[in-house]
Amino acid sequence: MTETTEAGTAQAGTARTPAIGSPVRRKEDDRLVTGQTTWTDNVALPGALHMGLVRSPIAHARITGIDTSAAKAMPGVVDVFTAADLGDDNVKIPCVWPVTDDIVMPDFHSLAVDKVRQVGDVVAVVLAQDKVTAEDAIENVVVDYDPLPAVVDMEAALADGSPILHEDKGTNQCYTMNFPCGDYEAAKAASDVVVSRRFINQRLIPVAMEPRAVACSPMGTSEEYTLWSATQVPHVLRVLLALSTGVPENQLRVIAPDVGGGFGSKLQMYREEALALVLARRLGRPVRWTETRSENMVATHHGRDQIQDVEIAATRDGTIKGLKVALTANMGAYLQIITPGIPLLGMFMYNGIYKMDAYDFSCTGVFTNTTPTDAYRGAGRPEATYAIERIVDELAAELGMDPIELRRKNWIAHEEFPYQTISGLTYDTGNYEAATEKALELFKYDELRAEQQRRRESNDLVQLGIGVSTFTEMCGLAPSRTLGALKYVAGGWENCTIRVLPLGKVELVTGTSPHGQGHVTSWSQIASDVLGVPVEDVEVIHGDTARSPYGMDTYGSRSLAVGGQAILRAGQKVVEKAKLIAAHQMEANPDDLEFVDGAFRVKGDPEKSTTIQAVAFEAFTAHNLPDGMEPTLSGESTVDPADFSFPHGTHLAAMEVDTETGKATLRSYVCVDDVGVVVNPLIVEGQVHGGIAQGVAQALYEGAVYDADGNLLTASMADYLLPTALDLPSFVTDRTVTPSTTHPLGTKGVGEAGTIASTPAIINGVVDALRPYGVNDVPMPASPEHVWRTLQAAKAGGAA
Amino acid sequence: MIPAAFDYVRPGSLDEAVRALHEGGEDAKVLAGGQSLMPMLRMRLATPSLLVDCSRLGELRGVRDDGDAIVIGAGTPHHEVMHDALVRAHAPLIATVTATVADPAIRHRGTFGGSLAHADPAADLPTAALVLGAQFSIVGPGGRRTVAAADFFTDFFTTALAADEILESVRIPKLGDGWSFDYQKFNRTAQAWAIVGVAAAVRRSNGSIAEARVGLTNMGAGPLRASATEAALAGAGADGIAAAAEQAAQNTSPTSDLHAQADFRQHLARVLTRRAVTNAARF
Amino acid sequence: MHRISVTVNGTTREGEVEARTLLVHWLRDSLGLAGTPIGCDTSNCGACTVLMDGRSVKSCSVLAVQADGSEVTTIQGLANGEWHPVQKAFKECHALQCGYCTPGMITAAVDLLGENPDPTEEEIRHGLEGNLCRCTGYHNIVKAVELAAGEMREAAK
Repeated sequence: MTETTEAGTAQAGTARTPAIGSPVRRKEDDRLVTGQTTWTDNVALPGALHMGLVRSPIAHARITGIDTSAAKAMPGVVDVFTAADLGDDNVKIPCVWPVTDDIVMPDFHSLAVDKVRQVGDVVAVVLAQDKVTAEDAIENVVVDYDPLPAVVDMEAALADGSPILHEDKGTNQCYTMNFPCGDYEAAKAASDVVVSRRFINQRLIPVAMEPRAVACSPMGTSEEYTLWSATQVPHVLRVLLALSTGVPENQLRVIAPDVGGGFGSKLQMYREEALALVLARRLGRPVRWTETRSENMVATHHGRDQIQDVEIAATRDGTIKGLKVALTANMGAYLQIITPGIPLLGMFMYNGIYKMDAYDFSCTGVFTNTTPTDAYRGAGRPEATYAIERIVDELAAELGMDPIELRRKNWIAHEEFPYQTISGLTYDTGNYEAATEKALELFKYDELRAEQQRRRESNDLVQLGIGVSTFTEMCGLAPSRTLGALKYVAGGWENCTIRVLPLGKVELVTGTSPHGQGHVTSWSQIASDVLGVPVEDVEVIHGDTARSPYGMDTYGSRSLAVGGQAILRAGQKVVEKAKLIAAHQMEANPDDLEFVDGAFRVKGDPEKSTTIQAVAFEAFTAHNLPDGMEPTLSGESTVDPADFSFPHGTHLAAMEVDTETGKATLRSYVCVDDVGVVVNPLIVEGQVHGGIAQGVAQALYEGAVYDADGNLLTASMADYLLPTALDLPSFVTDRTVTPSTTHPLGTKGVGEAGTIASTPAIINGVVDALRPYGVNDVPMPASPEHVWRTLQAAKAGGAA
Repeated sequence: MIPAAFDYVRPGSLDEAVRALHEGGEDAKVLAGGQSLMPMLRMRLATPSLLVDCSRLGELRGVRDDGDAIVIGAGTPHHEVMHDALVRAHAPLIATVTATVADPAIRHRGTFGGSLAHADPAADLPTAALVLGAQFSIVGPGGRRTVAAADFFTDFFTTALAADEILESVRIPKLGDGWSFDYQKFNRTAQAWAIVGVAAAVRRSNGSIAEARVGLTNMGAGPLRASATEAALAGAGADGIAAAAEQAAQNTSPTSDLHAQADFRQHLARVLTRRAVTNAARF
Repeated sequence: MHRISVTVNGTTREGEVEARTLLVHWLRDSLGLAGTPIGCDTSNCGACTVLMDGRSVKSCSVLAVQADGSEVTTIQGLANGEWHPVQKAFKECHALQCGYCTPGMITAAVDLLGENPDPTEEEIRHGLEGNLCRCTGYHNIVKAVELAAGEMREAAK
């Protein structure tokens, strides 16, 4: 570690080993490795009806008739509903981020009204006594479509004469937004070199391993409902379902049981969740649905899909003067929860870690006949990092500079923090020098450059490329006022309650909602240090609006960065109260007590002490509390973060590119991340590994492909290529620790770092390998065919 | 997803199976390992009325020595084939290629004959069978007949098998000493089907190639032999391989699809042929 | 309907199934063995992998009626008094995050180690190529299988 911090700022002067910073094995795993899991599909609901969704096989069409009679006549089919049948129950799926005043926000009904606008749009819903019958019945609903021309290409959708998806709006343009910072034209005029590129940040499908699922049950005879969902956001979901359906929020309990991954794709109020609730209300019976993977590919939101026109201006000595970014962002057919805002999550990050005089950003959102896009791991920030890290490499090539050297020349030096960037954010801390030095050493950068040179000189069929990515991202979404200023219709706080029960065990209630991140373990570690109790004595309660009523859930690498603060503060409140009780019991002045390892001791009198567990029992009996003090020992805190946190890191990829077949292979990968104070290094490393894998996958393997008619060609795992164990190497991960100063634990957030950093590292490596052939970009995914065609064009002198 | 309903029988003998298949009519299908069929059933891309489960027929299982050939029972799972001593001794190309088929769990269930009878143009084993001059033994209501590999694969997912016929076994001639082999499978991820595959069998004599056979996967409706390359390789030394491989895509008409355009497939066929022959020739 | 009898996790289980019932659906819906999850329709993901007569199979790609007379072991039957060494190693090495692929991944690893007690990293990666994980990048899964292999070799001495 380059810098060390006092791990466990929570507790000073401790004799015990702090839990924070320790690789505690996960508490979650005992159930998960033995199959004792409660996925939503495992929730037993006797008598539940199974929903089957009749989905459009056509991307754009008028619905001219729906005949449900054959399906209704099937044994075991209870009912079939169309939009007309549902009436007011055909609720609209909300978008909570109207990014501009004049944004076009079309209706998005649970069941399509009159028209379908994407393959997978839902036109009817079947309710059957079992799932087999539901699947059979889907095939017996006859829908007549009058096909309309489809448009899947964003620029075509914006052109005159394009088919219009939402005819009442008269346009496929959702919004245009401009964000000029400084005078870009002046900066450009003061530059010697201008490099521009068009990058395509292709469409991705999140593919969490657990498909979505929902189960909704009316509770007895009262108007109350419990809804289980494979969601990242049970709290947000309850609010949105209540708003949409009219079910009072205090009569709706939303539970996220074990959730098998999300990566943003389960941050949503989906139509299936709304339908389950309204149909459970309508029929007075439990209703459930589990997504098939085939549905998942078209019906769960997609990610990325931006055209990025990027221009960078610099002086001959390599000083970056300005950056211009014009995005065209594919919304898909409808707006889901934060569809239009995704590009704007990257808006502040295109300048990356670099100083510059001016930055000009604009973005146009476009409707096309495709699945809606929304948050996917990194959400806007991978796109921004890709653009800046790619264009900086291109600038380095143009200037004939080593890409590391160019970065050094322009990045914010560690002594310059806190630093207000050109886009207006204040980066509190960072040490790009330290992370980069360490990464270069682990990577053996100079040796690899020498090998690259040898291969170039010998005209080796397999060329070596070195990909550099020095990234930062904004985590800890988000200060609520900032979100308000950006027109986001919610806050960014997080809540925690800590209760020390009568016998000394601890309940920690969090508003974060884990789906693989290991919060139960990490949160226990934090509470353990704050309260001085064993990690195993802490029970973490989450993901249930009845048991953890306040929360903003889990996305955007926010859970530790924001939720961790709430845990710390709630724990401190417990200790503060306990201290008053302990002092009262020991007839001492509270100021004379110290709290070490879970015990209150009178300073200078080691004989006089009591434990927090003993205090909890006193607080329970309440026989002898200070006058006016309320019984029980608990503390609650809702923390609104003071600012974002800014993890950063240096990622290096060695790419081998077969110049004959175009196959690009990741040979080695080194990253040094600075995510601030680490609560559980095992979990942090795991997050980085998985993040890298998803970023590599975007660079090399994945890409959703539609044909011109709007059919998704990559509609199964057989065609949408996810990397297997054999397609990835082991990774070398290391860290520097520069504690965040805006977050009291010094933590920053790690969930998306690997994904954000790795995609440009890989592509920079592929381009670097092929630079001698005149290649200066490769479209993603850098599949063999894409690489081969790029190389052919370059050899023919046709490279852009 | 759940398959559409079908009937199911598990006959006790091959004869019974043929009878059941015949009586089941056009919509009856053989179920062997089911590893190609099951996803199609689940996606409801296949909706047979009857499945005739042949996965337990001992008659279809195992590998035996038949003098100048080995005979692989159609129902022998891939996993057994790739580890079988006879296969490794006399048809090592089959073992090599089988190891590239799908993944371990699928190879435990999926069968040698099932893969051949499914006739996916991207499947690897048909190419190996073609290169090795395999003979397919087919049983139907009218008795047994034998079809050469070159005549077995007739179109995309289509073979010489009639609806009421079952592939019983595949006879693979022992090529004898002096032959060596290679298979170059080119795919984007380990799970993905071959964009192109090239199987090479080479017999060397006196420092040059005496005879070579080159088979192509996914370069047309079924497996193909690269005849021009084979002819050019006869008598060639190490320095003749590249030029011969340049002819590998002659008379091929591969598809253009999501995974590759036709011209890229043809380019790959040439490159992979050079590599496969070079590896097999071991100069 | 077809009558089947299958020894599941050491216990003989009998039932009536439709021909089209997949083994995984029978395990989950009829036997309540919901520890085996379903992740795809195309037999790519391997989440549903179980051992059938000792070898790994994808239970979404086997009909329940085909399992008649077989022995099936699911993730819920792997522990024999104490956890299987692969289960222990997965926890020790943080080889899982969301855990959805884990039952299949562990089962595939058990099969792999049964055939090859001392696999190289490359062989481990080959052995797991039929099982997709979206969380871990496989890094720690490979480490866990290496650890379990060592433990099992040690125990066999």
